[in-house]
Amino acid sequence: MALYSDKVMDHFQNPRNVGKIDDADGIGEVGNAKCGDIMRMYIKVKDGIITDCKFNTFGCGSAIATSSMATELIKGKSVEDALKLSNQAVVEALDGLPAHKIHCSVLAEEAVRAAVKDYYDKNGIAYNAEEFQIHDCEHCSE
Amino acid sequence: MFVYADNAATTSVSKTALDAMLPYLTEYYGNPSSLYAFAQKATEAVTEARATVAACLGAASPREIYFTSGGSEADNQAIMSAARLGARKGKKHLISTKFEHHAVLHTLKRLEKEGYEVTLLDVHEDGVVRLEDVAAAIREDTCLVTIMFANNEIGTVQPIAEIGALCREKGIPFHTDAVQAAGHMPIDVEKMNIDMLSISGHKFHAPKGVGALYCRKNIPLFNLIEGGGQERGKRAGTENVAGIVAMAAALKESVDNMEEDSKKMIAMRDKLFAELSKIPHSKINGSLEHHVPGTVNMCFEGIEGESLLLMLDANGICASSGSACTSGSLDPSHVLLSLGLPHEVAHGSLRLSIGEYNTMEEIDHICQVVPQVVDYLRNMSPVWDELEKGQRPHLI
Repeated sequence: MALYSDKVMDHFQNPRNVGKIDDADGIGEVGNAKCGDIMRMYIKVKDGIITDCKFNTFGCGSAIATSSMATELIKGKSVEDALKLSNQAVVEALDGLPAHKIHCSVLAEEAVRAAVKDYYDKNGIAYNAEEFQIHDCEHCSE
Repeated sequence: MFVYADNAATTSVSKTALDAMLPYLTEYYGNPSSLYAFAQKATEAVTEARATVAACLGAASPREIYFTSGGSEADNQAIMSAARLGARKGKKHLISTKFEHHAVLHTLKRLEKEGYEVTLLDVHEDGVVRLEDVAAAIREDTCLVTIMFANNEIGTVQPIAEIGALCREKGIPFHTDAVQAAGHMPIDVEKMNIDMLSISGHKFHAPKGVGALYCRKNIPLFNLIEGGGQERGKRAGTENVAGIVAMAAALKESVDNMEEDSKKMIAMRDKLFAELSKIPHSKINGSLEHHVPGTVNMCFEGIEGESLLLMLDANGICASSGSACTSGSLDPSHVLLSLGLPHEVAHGSLRLSIGEYNTMEEIDHICQVVPQVVDYLRNMSPVWDELEKGQRPHLI
């Protein structure tokens, strides 16, 4: 299908790290069913390193592919490095996304941040709340 | 296995249509407007095609058929014409429904910007407009009622003959977008009191790029395209001779075989409904009682339509969906929303539209693949997880 790159199709058809982590150290969920996509990200953290990461996604092909790629990009990284993951990095790793699907990569970035925020909250780690604002689209917050 | 199940989007060109059109591409390629005998072959072919299309639609005269580039152009011309004519008489109100094709809805939007008033009727949960709603919406200044024959997404058929009789009684022109019905359902513009009707060739095995507008003889038509005097001066541009010939051949073939094809398609459609309804938390969209033979539209809770389509594509099945992600907008299809479906549910829609070329083996393949794919996507869906845990109420 010409809409998506081979890499997107690969991550959509063979998504990496699908599932849940029952004893996750952080869980982040972003999106809205009304808008058609929700991502839930689970992280397992040991000594400041993300040792495992899984996701559940309700959404289109690119929502599933960006979730999958995001988990690949943060697994084995430090929590601080995971926070630096940008939606652009996810897009590049997938060899691009159609313009109207960039939104999915933003959701993936935010899902990672939401999971880290949950980890910080659960462990009493201080952080700057401003850095963790989730940009809900106008449509979703209606 | 490859299964083409998107016949409401477009169809393959039939052998009959192709054989009919080929000589007009290679041998008799003359311009029907030319004087010499060689071009007269093309003129005759267009004349014959006009008579065939008129007969298939039950028109009183071939002079009531105007060839266009397709259904959208026919819809635009019918509505714009009726609006211009209405304005001359001080009538600037039009009645339609919420779930028309965009060729109708966007034309009405344009008229609204020009100062016309538009009433879009509700189509209720079953996707069928009510005659009493049409009657209640009619005003002194109503210049057109335009209601589709059959809906393109959910396949529900509207009470066209009843609406036609009502409009005739009230003296209001009645147009119907019959793009999804022509060649698939019996149409008789005389008996059904239809004043204007749009059809599109590629929905019944003619090539893309050709359609027709039926316009009753006492109703004036205004041009969308100015130029030469083709189509009795109402639609300029050299005739798409081969396309017109193919459309007439395809329409005749579809009408001739309608009874037999319908039986076959209804059997396949009903099998899809029966099998896919076994998927828990699924829903059939639109009235089953008033339904075209080939269209199946269902929603599956907890999943999103585009990912469903991509998975089906990977399994060789061509289908479509009314999810937001397939349209490039944030909202799911206006048709599904017009039925009162919540956004969450409408995102998980699937349209399978079968044709007479499909086989029961193909239907079996669809019945086998769809439940697996729905299951697979639900297993990775946080929405489904919440639904199953009771953290979110099931809506269907």
